[in-house]
Amino acid sequence: MSHVLLIEGLRANVGSKEILRGIDLEVNSGEVHVVMGPNGSGKSTLSHVIAGRPGYEVTGGKVTLDGLDLLTLPAWKRARAGLFLAMQYPIEVPGVSLVDALSAAFVSNGRPPALVPDLLAAEADRVGLDRRFLLRPLNVDLSGGERKRNETVQLGVIGPLFAVLDEIDSGLDVDALRAVARRIEGATAESGLGVLAITHYNRLLNELHADRIHVLIEGRIVASGGPELAEELETTGYAAYGVDEPVVVGAAVGAARLAGAAGAASGAGNGGRPGASAARTDLDPFADPFA
Amino acid sequence: MWRYSRISDLDLDSYTLAAPSATVVPPALQPILDAIGARSALVIGGQPVGPVADGLVIGLDDQPAPLGEVAGEPDALVALNAAFCELLTMRVEKGTVLRDPVVVVTWVDGDGTSLFPRTLVNAEAGADAGIIEILASPDVASLVVPVTEVDLADGAHLKYLTIQVLGPRVWQVGTQASRLGRDADFLSYNVALGGDYARVRSESVLAGAGGTSRLLAMFLGDDRQMHDFATVQSHRGKHTTSDLLFKGAVANDSHSVYRGLIRVEKGASGTNAYQTNRNLVLGQGAHADSVPTLEIEENDVRCSHASAVGPIDEEQRFYLESRGVPPEMADRLIVSGFLDDVLERVPVPQLLPWLRATLAERLAQAEAVRP
Ligand SMILES: Nc1ncnc2c1ncn2[C@@H]1O[C@H](COP(=O)(O)OP(=O)(O)O)[C@@H](O)[C@H]1O
Ligand SMILES: [Mg+2]
Repeated sequence: MSHVLLIEGLRANVGSKEILRGIDLEVNSGEVHVVMGPNGSGKSTLSHVIAGRPGYEVTGGKVTLDGLDLLTLPAWKRARAGLFLAMQYPIEVPGVSLVDALSAAFVSNGRPPALVPDLLAAEADRVGLDRRFLLRPLNVDLSGGERKRNETVQLGVIGPLFAVLDEIDSGLDVDALRAVARRIEGATAESGLGVLAITHYNRLLNELHADRIHVLIEGRIVASGGPELAEELETTGYAAYGVDEPVVVGAAVGAARLAGAAGAASGAGNGGRPGASAARTDLDPFADPFA
Repeated sequence: MWRYSRISDLDLDSYTLAAPSATVVPPALQPILDAIGARSALVIGGQPVGPVADGLVIGLDDQPAPLGEVAGEPDALVALNAAFCELLTMRVEKGTVLRDPVVVVTWVDGDGTSLFPRTLVNAEAGADAGIIEILASPDVASLVVPVTEVDLADGAHLKYLTIQVLGPRVWQVGTQASRLGRDADFLSYNVALGGDYARVRSESVLAGAGGTSRLLAMFLGDDRQMHDFATVQSHRGKHTTSDLLFKGAVANDSHSVYRGLIRVEKGASGTNAYQTNRNLVLGQGAHADSVPTLEIEENDVRCSHASAVGPIDEEQRFYLESRGVPPEMADRLIVSGFLDDVLERVPVPQLLPWLRATLAERLAQAEAVRP
């Protein structure tokens, strides 16, 4: 059975600052969508708003899963509806182990919690996470890479319909990234997991086959296309979108800068990029951010 | 905002003096005794019941440290206890190592009565023992004023665990005092779950050189309950160490007060003194106060104190929720997790499953764990 995660005109604020300025995305079962964008473009905000993290105000638009309005639901009901979030910075929960947490999730979902330890062990082995981490307090004293594997283990055990992966690649070495990407692709093939993978590194795309690439700039999707869009971004960076930042970066870079030049607008069209369709015309990447 | 201790509301005249009545294990306490398993002796209502291990002397005709020598008379209730007390003395003979803990049960079951248990413990030189005191009651409106004095001779090791599971209408005004000789090692652990108003004043005096005192407590408040802790880590000998960790959670309209003093006297050079008090405030009407104080008259010391009062971290709750855990379940997990590091240090590891289960049960009862 095919499912659909639909994001329509999503707008959200942090405090009085508008971060998401109208996002449209459609992810179907088995598809892998990758959202790329420079630092500060709103990628994590997008993932948090979808999952229901406190601290954001949704000011417009909808997020539905098979027509179910997720935005009116508390976070745990979104999870129960089939949504999973792998966080960029997974949160430490002192004294609560992965086994405890997922057992509680199983109990509340009417699944037998006795299954959890074996499922966790199997998933840990698949992504090369040492099994002793399964009994440790969640994310406490884990390295960045261990946390990402840990998130992937949880994804595997929970078996959601859709997963939002916020920089699942950061902190992982090449081998770990490969193992994680294999696991995610396995889920898309085996159980039809739909993936919204968010990153600002191209390296994820070397391991994870993407069906669609979207470019997020200043809270808007400014371009969508096939895998070739990523290759192009690799050579030109976000300059074509008026942002002076290379795509492949080793370290955090400064705030994205809007070029604001009308002349650059032509670069954002689809003329120069075969396969890349222009973003919806009502999502003008060069609109005055303060308008 | 500082809320004063409810101790001033105590009306002594509303209780009549009683002697402990239980002489057999009350059925309600059987599960915990089963969890403890083997023991060196069982004392109920001040009397030993059944066999007593070699090297342990229980009784009145013995020669304990004089009443009040360790505890002093810090307040009127300790004085009252001295006047009305049912005395229990326990002496662990020189060099005796007790493999199993001594279990002391105080069952407060007279409605409208007051009870003044007094326990004197002497751990002689090189002795090594563990005592578990269970302070419990059915649902009665009573007052219990337990005073425990522990005297550790040179090189003695003693672990003293108090499990307070009094009913919700019992007032407890407790005092625990310890004095450590040279190289003595003391661990005091309070599990405070019951009572309406429940005070524990815990003072450890490191008298001889090289002694180590660890003071731990885990508490949970519910309804309109109040837990009131006052601690003193008193360093007199050189190269002594004290390490305190009190952690608890207050649900619904319950309160907790923690007042802790580290006192390092002149001449107590090489002192290490640590004090940590952390409180999780769960209910809208719940409140926790934490007041650490240092009094240091010596230069060559290492002291630290940390205290924290706060609600459940909403990020932690979100993380668990995002895995499909409903918020009330997430909160219970977070509270248990918060208490886990102190729980893990309980000196009788075979009690851990009972403790975890009891805690989970009580957390489930705390109807408004969610703020
Ligand atoms: N909690 C917050 N408080 C204030 N500003 C925030 C907060 N979260 C995000 N922002 C701002 O929102 C913008 C987008 O942040 P984020 O979604 O984390 O971007 P990305 O993940 O693409 O790097 C940034 O300008 C950031 O400073
Ligand atoms: Mg981010």
